[in-house]
Amino acid sequence: MSDATLATPPMRRFRVSRRALPYLLSLPALLACILILIPFATAVGYSLQRYRLSQPWAREWNWGQNYVDLFNDPAFWNTLRVSLSYAFVVVGIELLLGLGIALLLQRRTRFNNFVSIMLLMPLMTAPALAALMWKLMTNPGFGILSYFMALIGFPDFRWAASPNTAFLTVVLVDVWVYTPFIMILLLAGLRSLPQQPFEAAALDGVPRLFVFWRITLPMLTPYLLTAVLFRMIESIQQFDIIYAMTQGGPGNRLTVFQVEAYLNFFQATNVGRSAAILMILWVITYILSTIFIKNWLRLREKTRAGA
Amino acid sequence: MDTMSPLERVLRGIAITLVILFFMFPIFWIFLMSFQTNETILRVPPSIVFEPTIANYQALLTGRLETAAGTLEIRFMRNLFNSLFLSTASVALALVLGIPAAYAFARLKFRGSEEIAFTLLSFRFAPPLLVLLPLVIYFQQIGLANTYIGLIWVYQLICLPLILWIVRGYFEDIPADIEHAYRIAGHRWFTTFRKVALPLAGPGIAAAGLLAFIFAWNNFIFALVLASADKQPVTVGALAFVTASGIQFGQIAAAIVLSIAPVFALALYAQRYLVEGLSLGAVKG
Repeated sequence: MSDATLATPPMRRFRVSRRALPYLLSLPALLACILILIPFATAVGYSLQRYRLSQPWAREWNWGQNYVDLFNDPAFWNTLRVSLSYAFVVVGIELLLGLGIALLLQRRTRFNNFVSIMLLMPLMTAPALAALMWKLMTNPGFGILSYFMALIGFPDFRWAASPNTAFLTVVLVDVWVYTPFIMILLLAGLRSLPQQPFEAAALDGVPRLFVFWRITLPMLTPYLLTAVLFRMIESIQQFDIIYAMTQGGPGNRLTVFQVEAYLNFFQATNVGRSAAILMILWVITYILSTIFIKNWLRLREKTRAGA
Repeated sequence: MDTMSPLERVLRGIAITLVILFFMFPIFWIFLMSFQTNETILRVPPSIVFEPTIANYQALLTGRLETAAGTLEIRFMRNLFNSLFLSTASVALALVLGIPAAYAFARLKFRGSEEIAFTLLSFRFAPPLLVLLPLVIYFQQIGLANTYIGLIWVYQLICLPLILWIVRGYFEDIPADIEHAYRIAGHRWFTTFRKVALPLAGPGIAAAGLLAFIFAWNNFIFALVLASADKQPVTVGALAFVTASGIQFGQIAAAIVLSIAPVFALALYAQRYLVEGLSLGAVKG
């Protein structure tokens, strides 16, 4: 906006405060922001200290020692491996499934709109409660899914309780909750694509598979990127579903970053180590979110320009 | 699409059916379970034919659970109240803090505004435990441990970025000329904001508020770390309830139904804005 249009006589009174006004308006939000930066700085400090809640007297700065210890600890490498494979597996499945469903529901019919709204229900379920629902369904005593598994020849399928299937069970719950997220983002993307290229291709009798690979997918890429990055950032930090389902177990099968940090803090009361784990997670999410925000801004500009 | 072959039609039909089955079945099953007693739940094979009972809901509403071992007190209604109170208060605070800031970011571009907006946004993506763990210790020192105020403040981590970024988009969509015209007519800045900008962005503000409410309601980790039993919302309470009631599966199911029903209702009501809210305004629904 230009100041020239605003600097008309009636406003002269406010010209002095005009400079301060934006700061004043955003001050409350800024204060909230700063109040959050304080614990963040504290956490950085913790990660550089030897600090156990059980031995407060032994608290001292040990600088990078927590990180060195982590890198020499197979438990940390397990955490890194589990977190990364969790993120890649869930995002991969959710992307394929979400894209498939979005393509199925692409046409704006009453039925398709109804289904897409219905599919939002898992996404609106609190992840911790979703985990609880699946726990009831996979209970060895009366779980309907355990019963189905017995029917098809796996009478002793233990789901989240068995080290062999715990990972897959948690992935299944994550897929159930978050696939609709990717689905509605891609559905909105698909429906907002310009129609001319598709009409032209149809006129020329271009095969549908070719249209999909050469027109639909490239035009959908910004939406795909947004959905994937968003879910990547979230799933590498997944806590609710895993904690509610298995608390990181059995053994260390599902001790992803935040679960491992939680257990280190509350069970081992090792604050320094817990903070160091979280700092490493923060670096990963920071890199991902920087890429995400750049892509997101571009998409947002495009959306606003088209609106 | 009109050239769909019969085979393709059938395949599509099967695919959609499978999708609906996978995503709807758990909700359907838990809903059924909430109207059953332990006897019918534990039947082998399971069946959808049973005599429905509202005893589970009665037990939750009255807070008394009759078991073979005696009467057990359950505090699920307390959890439900906490969820309602924490989410409502957090959204209200986020609106008060966020709307003026969103307006400043959208209209009055100033030095550092983008950087500040991004710092706020980046909180949406940082690992929550990183901020929560130091707060566990701080809150104990300054007396905010296990208080509603402490929790509501922490809930701003999710509510504030959401409101700020969505509402900012709505303010940006209002043509600046309308506000200019109103101001040139001699109105003060604040009157213009209140009489022109706010009503025009109204639907966006309402949508952002509803979404923030849903996110706050569904949050688990904040209260798990910072709240004791009497301040816990349903997400944490339901989990504790499982170990407490142990074998009363019907009541657990009823508790889940009561916990997710309000959010479903809101989501249905605000569905038009869901896409935009979930993508922080990047994608329009």
